Amino acid sequence: MYTMTGADLTIRLLERQGIETISGIPGGANLPLYDALYGSDKIRHVLARHEQGAGFIAQGMARASGLPQVCFATSGPGATNVLTAIADAKLDSVPVICITGQVPSSMIGSDAFQEVDTYGLSIPITKHNFLVRDVAELLETIPAAFRIASSGRPGPVLIDIPKDIQTQEISFEQWPEPGRPTQPSPANPEDLQQAAAMINQAQRPILYLGGGTIISNASEQARTLMERSSLPTTMTLMGLGAVPVDHELSLGMLGMHAAPYTNMALEACDLLIAVGARFDDRATGKVSAFCPNAKVIHIDIDPSELDKIKQAHIGIIGDVKQVLEQLTPMISDNRRTQWTTEVENLRRTHPFQTPKTDRANTAYGAIRKVAELVDDNAIVTTDVGQHQMRTAQLYPFRKPRRWLTSGGLGTMGFGLPAAIGAALAEPDNTVICFTGDGSLMMNIQELATAIEQQTNIKIILMNNNALGLVHQQQTMFYGKRTFASDYELQMDFVAIARGFGMPTFDLSGNNNHEALLREALEYSGPCLIHIPIDVNENVFPMVPPGAANIEMIGGDDHV
Amino acid sequence: MSENSSAQTTHHEVLELTVRNHPGVMSHISSLFARRAYNVEGILCMPIGNRERSRIWLMVDEDRRLEQMIKQVEKLEDVLDVQQHDANHQVFIKLEEFFQT
Ligand SMILES: Cc1ncc(C[n+]2csc(CCOP(=O)(O)OP(=O)(O)O)c2C)c(N)n1
Ligand SMILES: [Mg+2]
Repeated sequence: MYTMTGADLTIRLLERQGIETISGIPGGANLPLYDALYGSDKIRHVLARHEQGAGFIAQGMARASGLPQVCFATSGPGATNVLTAIADAKLDSVPVICITGQVPSSMIGSDAFQEVDTYGLSIPITKHNFLVRDVAELLETIPAAFRIASSGRPGPVLIDIPKDIQTQEISFEQWPEPGRPTQPSPANPEDLQQAAAMINQAQRPILYLGGGTIISNASEQARTLMERSSLPTTMTLMGLGAVPVDHELSLGMLGMHAAPYTNMALEACDLLIAVGARFDDRATGKVSAFCPNAKVIHIDIDPSELDKIKQAHIGIIGDVKQVLEQLTPMISDNRRTQWTTEVENLRRTHPFQTPKTDRANTAYGAIRKVAELVDDNAIVTTDVGQHQMRTAQLYPFRKPRRWLTSGGLGTMGFGLPAAIGAALAEPDNTVICFTGDGSLMMNIQELATAIEQQTNIKIILMNNNALGLVHQQQTMFYGKRTFASDYELQMDFVAIARGFGMPTFDLSGNNNHEALLREALEYSGPCLIHIPIDVNENVFPMVPPGAANIEMIGGDDHV
Repeated sequence: MSENSSAQTTHHEVLELTVRNHPGVMSHISSLFARRAYNVEGILCMPIGNRERSRIWLMVDEDRRLEQMIKQVEKLEDVLDVQQHDANHQVFIKLEEFFQT
């Protein structure tokens, strides 16, 4: 027989799940949980400076490792602060478990101090959520949260625990089994056969890999299929690194900021094999004009993704890795000389062109140089904006789970705390955070956490003193009426970083930029690299929002 | 709910859900329809069996997004089963006498 408080039980159950790090911030309603955590020698707590930071730190750990991770917040403002990071995890299918303190059960519904309806607020942005009403429920709820977060299509789960339940004692006979992902059901063999026949017969097929390929750890399987059938392969923003983006069959990223040849090849394809991808509007452009001549095979673990945006000729519900393992043996070796030559011609005549790519004090130059200087195990996070799109366009991702970006929600402020989380998960690897001045300001307080934890992160700040991507849209689509997108105040980020105690490397002025960048990347520990960027340099090519993907602007003449 | 909600109009369908019975489950379902801008005309909910489960009846618009909505409902953790019926199903028709103006 075991007897302990709800708070102790919660911490023990988290230990039994294998949790080693929890990010969070304490407050009145979760103090019993913190008191229980104080007694844990298995779990280390990382004190964030804002609950959104704590949520993104947990996300960084989860995205890098593929395992569910935990963050803590108190009731009221603690809970509302963490919501953005939870919504972000929902849209990118990241297994994060957020445990919030709540006012005591007897006070719920009385507008008590720091009471908000965390349960109600989190319904639309979680995969599932719980309000614990009885201490005994914890024995089921905590393992269930882990099972739900990591099964099928992963996603965030929130558990709201009233303070009286944290302090209440419970006796129980037996520990529950830790929550683990449930086995996905096998795909329908007839669908697999039909899909294989379609791939074997297609003249101009394209493989379209999404984030699901990464989540399902199916990189090897995707590569085998790609190579066996010589499938030109494109990846979504979330799918980058599923196969090496510099593989000869890779077409890189598709969609709004794709290379011209990529969108043109999609236009010409007769079979689209969508794998763990969800036909997001940034990837497809105007859907009715996306791959207009193609039949579609759609493989996804989430049944609601099939036929949601685009009707599939064959829809296969199943785990991507398992499906590809079953599908590939039915695929015949095929060199596809004609189609691959055609694609090569497109690549040659409509290439992705980058300006001034080798100077370390330019946006594209810095990305390329960094990629040269770190190895393929380095993890790259970004914020949201031009710097993010440029990194997606150019960085040579060769492995899965090395590219962490806020795809679905597009949350500025993601980059720094996600980098901290990634560094906590993999202390031996370098973590690069490409950020913009606008985004960094949204969670700049986490510089303190980065220093305190001595995380090996390199923050590469591409500073155009502007909300660059907004500036670009206003320039291109709002008659050059740039408004509220240029900052009046020019901040001294280098001084600010130093104020946090963070070493800095400033690539403005006439320094030897490359040597400075090299020195920064070799420095062990967190540091900030400041690179001034011209606000008038836009990201090309660009498909105007709502237009078809082949209506790209720039790329050939704007460079 | 609109005033002239008649269960007999053909542009409605009736969904029969079996769910886990707890205080949050109605919010999960109504929030899902609301955030996907899908109109629910009528809703009924009562516990069944040993009260561990509830039955929820929904009268919903029939439109091309219904199939997607049903898939979304099926994804909810507390939803155990979803059955689809046409508008002639008796459940709302029998209740009409309680909804006269
Ligand atoms: C939280 C949040 N608010 C607003 C936006 C809209 N938005 C998208 S990109 C962008 C500008 C980002 O500026 P910065 O981080 O400096 O990157 P840059 O485009 O200049 O490289 C804005 C405001 C957003 N994506 N996220
Ligand atoms: Mg900027």
